[in-house]
Amino acid sequence: MQCKVLVVDDSKLARMVMASAFRRLRPDWQLVEATGAGDALEAVRAAGVDIALIDFNMPGVDGLELVANIRASKPVMPIALVSANLQDEIIARARELKAAFIPKPLTDEALGAFLSGAIMRLKKESNER
Amino acid sequence: MSVEVVELTPIERDAFAEIANMGVARAATSLRQMLGEQVLLSVPAVHIVTREVAAELVERDNSSKLVAVQQSFEGPFSGRALLIFPEAQSLELVRSIVGADQSLEDVIDLEQEALAETGNVILNACLATIANVLRKSMRMSLPTIIRGDGATLFAQPLGGGNLVLFLYIDFTIKSRGMRGFIALLMDLPSIAALKEIVQDFIEKVER
Repeated sequence: MQCKVLVVDDSKLARMVMASAFRRLRPDWQLVEATGAGDALEAVRAAGVDIALIDFNMPGVDGLELVANIRASKPVMPIALVSANLQDEIIARARELKAAFIPKPLTDEALGAFLSGAIMRLKKESNER
Repeated sequence: MSVEVVELTPIERDAFAEIANMGVARAATSLRQMLGEQVLLSVPAVHIVTREVAAELVERDNSSKLVAVQQSFEGPFSGRALLIFPEAQSLELVRSIVGADQSLEDVIDLEQEALAETGNVILNACLATIANVLRKSMRMSLPTIIRGDGATLFAQPLGGGNLVLFLYIDFTIKSRGMRGFIALLMDLPSIAALKEIVQDFIEKVER
């Protein structure tokens, strides 16, 4: 299964680290990059994104607000919040929004586990349709 | 206002901010565990400025009476990490950590030690994360406490240059009306070393 993945992070370095992990884990998947909430919502609307990976600490709209915003139109899309900020409140809020949490610094193991789960959910959903 | 003599390329600036951000976010996680309350963080600021400008940046919107826990770090690049907050909040911070049931006298007795220990946990979380990300090992000194204005906090050590790489993030603990900074300060030779390390890191990521 090939997916289109939205990567939202204001840091270019962070997006490069994410792209690098995808080259190892899922080299044939397509990545769409966004630097903030505006671009991200546009990509969700226009680009037919299957999965989203969203940084938490961004200027303007933070990652959790963005997840809430995306959830309004995409109730079941696999989404992960990506952050080094492991405070209980942030992880709990991500959970409320049915988003996974992936810690930074990013590891292939953590990203790989999330992506495997995401594929299973996407397959299940397409079978149910 | 800033005197940017040493240039950082956009990707270097981005990388410094992102790496500092990971360090400080881990530090905030440790602070949250100690306080039992959420710690809000700003997005990181990266400047190459004189020590005077760095001092002005921490005094802005703050009183000039500050207290800081500082630790030096040494490795492929060296510098200082500081946890800074208004002096008026120092006892409140200690009380938040040791528990509200302690008497004021006890809190005052504990202040120095509790600040040092808190700073140690938080700054280590920050520096260890940065060291791990860059795959470099760093030695960290014991924490010391400095009181005074911004200029005192960033005073020039013997032989050090006046321009510094100044990375800072401010934090807020809303429920207690407390705020402060976590700042990293590095001198010019360290900036050059850090640039190289970050360049290597970026090349590895691009491969």
